[in-house]
Amino acid sequence: MITSPSASARTGPCPGWLWLNSSIGKKTVVAVTGIALVAFVIGHLLGNFTIFLGPDAINAYGAKLQSLGPLLWVIRLALLGILVAHIYFTMKLWQENNAARPQKYLASNPVGTTVFARTMRLSGLIVLAFVIFHLAHFTVRVVDTSYATMHTMLDGHEVHDVYKMVVTGFSSGPVVFIYIIGLFLLTFHLSHGLSSLFQTFGITNRRIRQNYETAGRVLAWALYVGYISIPVSIYFFGLGKGVLQ
Amino acid sequence: MTLDSKIPPGPLDKKWTTFKNNAKIVSPANKRKFDLIIVGSGLAGASAAATLAEQGYNVKCFCYQDSPRRAHSIAAQGGINAAKNYQNDGDSVYRLFYDTIKGGDFRAREANVHRLAEVSTSIIDQCVAQGVPFAREYGGLLDNRSFGGAQVSRTFYARGQTGQQLLLGAYSGLSHQIATGAVKMFPKTEMLDLVVVDGHAKGIVVRDLKTGEISTHAADAVLLCSGGYGNVFYLSTNARGCNVSATFRAYKRGALFANPCYTQIHPTCIPVSGDYQSKLTLMSESLRNDGRIWVPKRKEDCAKEPASIPEADRDYFLERKYPSYGNLAPRDISSRSAKEVCDEGRGVGPGGLGVYLDFADAIKRLGQKTIEERYGNLFEMYQNITGENAYERPMRIYPAVHYTMGGLWVDYNLMSNIPGLHVLGEANFSDHGANRLGASALMQGLADGYFVIPYTLGEYLTTQFGKKVDPKHPAFEKTLQESKARVQKLIDIKGTKPVDEFHRRLGLLIWDYCGMARSSEGLKEAIGKIQQLRAEFWSDLKLLGTPDGINMELERAGRVADFLEFGELMCLDALVRDESCGGHFRTEHQTPEGEALRNDQDFAFVSAWQYTGDGNLPNLVKEPLVYEQVKLATRSYK
Amino acid sequence: MNFHLKVWRQKDTNAPGTLEEYEAENIPAGASFLEMLDIVNAGLTRKNIEPIQFDSDCREGICGTCSLTINGIPHGKGRGTTCQLYMRKFQDGETITIEPFRADAFPVQRDLVTNRSAFDRVIQAGGYISERTGSAPDANSVPISKVIADQAMDAAACIGCGACAAACPNGSAMLFVSAKVTHLGLLPQGKPEKNRRVLSMVRQMDEEGFGNCSNYYACEAVCPAGVPAAFIGRMNREFTAASVKEMLGMSV
Repeated sequence: MITSPSASARTGPCPGWLWLNSSIGKKTVVAVTGIALVAFVIGHLLGNFTIFLGPDAINAYGAKLQSLGPLLWVIRLALLGILVAHIYFTMKLWQENNAARPQKYLASNPVGTTVFARTMRLSGLIVLAFVIFHLAHFTVRVVDTSYATMHTMLDGHEVHDVYKMVVTGFSSGPVVFIYIIGLFLLTFHLSHGLSSLFQTFGITNRRIRQNYETAGRVLAWALYVGYISIPVSIYFFGLGKGVLQ
Repeated sequence: MTLDSKIPPGPLDKKWTTFKNNAKIVSPANKRKFDLIIVGSGLAGASAAATLAEQGYNVKCFCYQDSPRRAHSIAAQGGINAAKNYQNDGDSVYRLFYDTIKGGDFRAREANVHRLAEVSTSIIDQCVAQGVPFAREYGGLLDNRSFGGAQVSRTFYARGQTGQQLLLGAYSGLSHQIATGAVKMFPKTEMLDLVVVDGHAKGIVVRDLKTGEISTHAADAVLLCSGGYGNVFYLSTNARGCNVSATFRAYKRGALFANPCYTQIHPTCIPVSGDYQSKLTLMSESLRNDGRIWVPKRKEDCAKEPASIPEADRDYFLERKYPSYGNLAPRDISSRSAKEVCDEGRGVGPGGLGVYLDFADAIKRLGQKTIEERYGNLFEMYQNITGENAYERPMRIYPAVHYTMGGLWVDYNLMSNIPGLHVLGEANFSDHGANRLGASALMQGLADGYFVIPYTLGEYLTTQFGKKVDPKHPAFEKTLQESKARVQKLIDIKGTKPVDEFHRRLGLLIWDYCGMARSSEGLKEAIGKIQQLRAEFWSDLKLLGTPDGINMELERAGRVADFLEFGELMCLDALVRDESCGGHFRTEHQTPEGEALRNDQDFAFVSAWQYTGDGNLPNLVKEPLVYEQVKLATRSYK
Repeated sequence: MNFHLKVWRQKDTNAPGTLEEYEAENIPAGASFLEMLDIVNAGLTRKNIEPIQFDSDCREGICGTCSLTINGIPHGKGRGTTCQLYMRKFQDGETITIEPFRADAFPVQRDLVTNRSAFDRVIQAGGYISERTGSAPDANSVPISKVIADQAMDAAACIGCGACAAACPNGSAMLFVSAKVTHLGLLPQGKPEKNRRVLSMVRQMDEEGFGNCSNYYACEAVCPAGVPAAFIGRMNREFTAASVKEMLGMSV
């Protein structure tokens, strides 16, 4: 009979705690929080696409979100919690992994791995910096404080002019550059993250694993194209130029 | 000295049952009081350790490898025989028994072999229960194949890795017992000597190969499961670390060494390519099903490209000599024929030690694709090792040593003549006679460990109640000091030649004089040369480093020192056995066609050698082989 | 052929190690990598330099003893163990760096020899089927589909060499552990203990100080037995399922 060190539910340590402290448990947390974050990224993109429907569409979308009031804060805090968990467990894994391989090979020769996989932590940290910049830019609006004063009328109410803010924001070359780079690293990150999900959850086998990897990469790059279509349209193709006049 | 083989009374097929019905049993409460030492963790050692621990004994298991999972049983490829008759093709316990006795050229003990055939079926059940993934048919039942020319399909297999899977099965059982605390495992620990207290085997001296520490362990019985001595040839299919030391040290403490001259040479190995070589690699015998073996008719052609040699100038020697069996002639016969043509100077490849195994005809007949399907992985392996493409150029093969049938003498209970010292698996002599059948080695190792020793060990242990040995007995300290002195002596030689050089030279001597063909003259010469080499070893060996910590040259030196003594015993045994049988071929004793000529009148006995002191001739003790059931016959493969 | 070797030398576990440089001269192209080292060692002995200590045993690719990292790749380039690597695969005059298998759970004992007993302890934690010798039913009483048997064999083929953990940038042993979990978990005989086994083995793996899987798949790339990384996915699933059962208070 296999006895130790499996926990007995009654006498041993709490099974949930054991799970959370196991290598696979921690990875699962990172994967689950990753999925939540990707879901947000997809939802966010769909919302952003309203910019192509004209000022009223995106302003209405913005107003709708603002009108959620406390619920918006619940969502924001939940997202923040998920992000913190994602980062916390990643860092914990990172620390353990460094301890598990304290001495690197003097003749380094990575085999089998992809550049996406090897740069996960770096790309993750840069994405984090980018997210902070993005929040400061469009949510807290401290990069350009004039964004906060942009208002317009919609259906008889005064609402924040999201459309103008975005167009203004993406008319600046350096900002567009930051977004293209930040989103590129997000794609790098998701490229490995998305293709790894199925492996982490074990919904895989030898034959279909390759398909998952491809699907994950395709989705990551599709998101990239979707996201950068906005700054590119504004900066290079003059989308919404009219509002700046 | 007379030997009592303790064969139970009654008809052959009832002996094992009779024995079990009357076997002395140690009660569970008493089992806890007995400590056992097991040396070796291969099929025999691991299965014995797991089973005996499960029964309640306290087991200490020792192996020189860094994990018990790496014992050399792991390298067996072909399969394991069992008289299951799942194929409904007429197999039975009796048939497996008879095939094994006949294959051994009527030089094995009848009762032991019958027991082996009887328990063979339980081995398969046991292995399946522990998760060995044997090959299966689509219907989910176990698959079998015919192996080594057997007339029935009784071989169970797991791809080409049967030994690995069986060993990992036994290792998992052993691991289970280690986890429960019933077995204490000592990896990277080598046995240096046997401790004999008042005539009983009561402990061993070991060296921890990681720290160099030499210590003693006491027990109520000692089980040697330390494998064979094929590495006396230096080049063999054995692992680098395989050695005779455990059994030879026991021999020097009084255990009888039986039939050391019985060795098996496998015909299809990749030939030696140079002095630097450390290992010979076996190629599956199945290649002979489609390959044709030949050498050039004339010596002058040997260096030519094989394709440029016309058909008329080739000698398909097996087809010529054995028209009905052709390239599928049995192992010993094929091996010997290859040696003959090479001795005539018609061998091919480096040193002229090789014959062609040609697939050109098969490729023409069946297409390269079919050959690829059948042997693709073997062709790949051949290319990896030799750098040659066997689809375009015939393979070169040559025989190599891969199993030794001789070993310590044991009775029916697997106990040697030293009370308490039991010997299992390849380390004992009992089941294969003068030649082993394919797929029988795995069977014997597991039979001994799982199903024989758990029943027979009680015969000795029930005599040992209340006789626990005191680990402070002077015999322990004395043996310990002797072992330490021996290690120091090796270090102190401070000569000029590294250890491998002596081993290589010994191997060549044994191969030339005590290999596939032996003669009185050659063996006498070999004995003299071995003595010289041994003297040179003890005066000119160069070992660097200290005995503390990891020092692999020191480990090898200790083993080679034993091989240098053992090689002489082997030649002596071959010299005294003045007949040809199985793998032992004396050139003086052959039929006009060059077949082995057995002499049942004078040599139907086991040669058991008793050590009588360094420099003295060992004493030959004979155990007559009495056949109650089987009629001795001549093997013929024409 | 001639080679310039940079070899890791380390007196014992606690001593610091360093790369020493040696020349390997007149090496036959047909020599295996280990035979090349044998030749170098014989030369070192003649020059009164202690020979390089390295592990090897069967030298035919099945026992899993040999364990060298050659130019940064465990077992060197190409599929197979160190002992099955032949010198003709290298360029004449090439510089070859030889290091031990590196992972915190595999401490170096001397030179290129590491202690891989952590793997044995992981197996002891549950890498077996609890059965008693003599209690087994007839081998054909439980049919097992060929597909399952073949897949179990793919997993059981693991030789326990440790290259997976040595190649993994995280020093993770997931491929090794998942091979055993998959082998036994697939077979009907191993099913009764499936949940306990995976929980116990993974916990032991963590305790031994192996790292976590980041899905790099370096393990799969160097595995001489061709064990696929999909088995890691399978183990993740089995572990999560068993953990959930355990959390729900179900006996596993």
